[in-house]
Amino acid sequence: MASIGGNLPREELLEMYRGMLTIRRMEEQLARDCAAGKLPGPVHLYVGEEAIAVGVCRHLSERDWITSTHRGHGHFLAKGGDPARMMAEIYGRADGICGGFGGSMHVADFSKGIIGANGIVGGGIALAAGAALAVQLDGDGRVAVAFFGDGAANQGVLAEALNVAALWKLPLLLVCENNGFSEFSPTATVTAGSIAERARPFGLPSVEVDGNDVVAVWQAADVAVRRAREGRGPSLIEARTYRTRGHVEYEVTFITEPYRDEAEVEAWRARDPIDRLARRLREEDPAVEAKLAAIAAAVEETVRAAVRFAEASPEPDPASARGHMFANA
Amino acid sequence: MIQAMNEALFEEMERDPSIVLFGEDVKASLFGDTKGLWKRFGPDRVRDTPISEALISGMAVGCAAAGRRVVCHMMFGNFVYTGMDAIANQAAKLRYMTNGQIRLPITFLAVSGGGRSAAAQHSDAIHPVLANLGGVKIVMPGSPADAKGLLKAAIRDDDPVFFLQAAGRGGEPGEVPEEDYVIPLGQAAIRRPGRDLTLVAIGAMVRPALKTAEALAGEGIEVEVVDPRTVVPLDLKTILGSVRRTGRLVIVDEARDTCSVASHVAALVAERAFEALVAPIRRVTVPDCCIPYAPVLERAVLPSVETIERAVRETLDWRRPA
Repeated sequence: MASIGGNLPREELLEMYRGMLTIRRMEEQLARDCAAGKLPGPVHLYVGEEAIAVGVCRHLSERDWITSTHRGHGHFLAKGGDPARMMAEIYGRADGICGGFGGSMHVADFSKGIIGANGIVGGGIALAAGAALAVQLDGDGRVAVAFFGDGAANQGVLAEALNVAALWKLPLLLVCENNGFSEFSPTATVTAGSIAERARPFGLPSVEVDGNDVVAVWQAADVAVRRAREGRGPSLIEARTYRTRGHVEYEVTFITEPYRDEAEVEAWRARDPIDRLARRLREEDPAVEAKLAAIAAAVEETVRAAVRFAEASPEPDPASARGHMFANA
Repeated sequence: MIQAMNEALFEEMERDPSIVLFGEDVKASLFGDTKGLWKRFGPDRVRDTPISEALISGMAVGCAAAGRRVVCHMMFGNFVYTGMDAIANQAAKLRYMTNGQIRLPITFLAVSGGGRSAAAQHSDAIHPVLANLGGVKIVMPGSPADAKGLLKAAIRDDDPVFFLQAAGRGGEPGEVPEEDYVIPLGQAAIRRPGRDLTLVAIGAMVRPALKTAEALAGEGIEVEVVDPRTVVPLDLKTILGSVRRTGRLVIVDEARDTCSVASHVAALVAERAFEALVAPIRRVTVPDCCIPYAPVLERAVLPSVETIERAVRETLDWRRPA
């Protein structure tokens, strides 16, 4: 906990506050929309895990690549994806970032280096390794980052990627978001040993960080991204966090027996990454309050504007459903 | 055919420096198709990978998404199954799911089909499985000359393409033009014209189909042999045109019978050219069993000149029951 604040400039901390709060408010809006039956498909929300996407992506430019997960809204936003177009996508509208063809699990914007969310657990790991190979060949110091969950750590492709990334010194950062659950199974029941330790036999550096401490994530990513940019190879970060909402928003309709203690959820809510950063900022400078309030107001407006944009957008043209399978038809 | 593929790879990698080629033992080159590339283009652009199909098929997608033109060698068709997530869920869908935001210029190379006593786990013809994915193109060359022109087209194409080479028949002789030529994907070739019956032969089946047609020509039977060259996209127009001229159709496809491409072609022709047919459509395929090891067993399940000829004769002799 001690690292909150660190030696980071206050402007950087405020930007991270803005980034995390934007994700949080967008996700809360989607939770309400889902409960109200406004969303056509499932959404997997990133509430409580915002520090990881933000702490890592602050080190990336639009020209770096990321791959993400089914819980991918946070990565999309943190990497510079447009909130309004993301909202329209999840509403299934024509102006969505993927024209309504992808939805929540496939938000992507290649112009921003976002290869996209992925409906397959572990599906993004190999893609990021491939993108890392491409930028390695370009030799201009760009990097690729794979965000994946503790569930994905049990897919064989992680071991395959660690092996090749180590052999080829790929400019790759593997970021495991250990949120305590593999869908509905507590991590300890399906995952042996330490995920961070899995990099060791491949000779790769790895670190376990408090994933609810945006500064700790920022610092770990700083080291790993720098290392990758300098051609010194890949790293693994295991960020320990907690999924304070369900696996999927509509799980209340089919989960009849609770799969975790409410007390556990409450304990993690008390470690909320956004509150923690705000507390620290206030401790350092009470006058920051006005700035935090201004950021909060701006974020609220961003979310309202995203909803307005999404609601105003038409549904896609059904005649287009068969289009664009191929680039060279 | 292997030499033709090798020439195409050399010429394309020379022409386009953005191409990278990786896969299992591409340096040693089990089949010879990638022989010499490592020496010529170096370890950056030509890479041996571990036997990690789930990873390398996914890396092909990520590398292409990040701007490279990729050739990914999967070795045997059966190994494609191990890399199937990245092929079925990523390569085949990423462009569509993202509203056409990207192009994925990937050529997957694999040997497909039996005929070499490689047994069940090295002999599957994988094109029907891939064809049903919808988002990958499938090239199945029937001659060395076609292999060169089609491989060049596959590499230059901006979509994921499977270039499936017939196992055990890669050494087939045939003239290959020296110049740079490209055979567009989706254009069938009429290998031999004939007025009596249309024989659609896919990939490695072109050769036995032509032999059958030659043999029957001696009896005055004129079989038209149509080589689709690519299964996706499929040149249905050429097939329908031929059937409308001949009125009879036999399809030979080295694939298990259930959901073979032969079945698909038969359905399409029955739907769209029923009025032209004077006999039922027949398919010559592999029975719904594994490919066995012993040569005598393997010969018993793969299509051959004999089984093709029998199907052709039965179709020609068919009379509507009184």
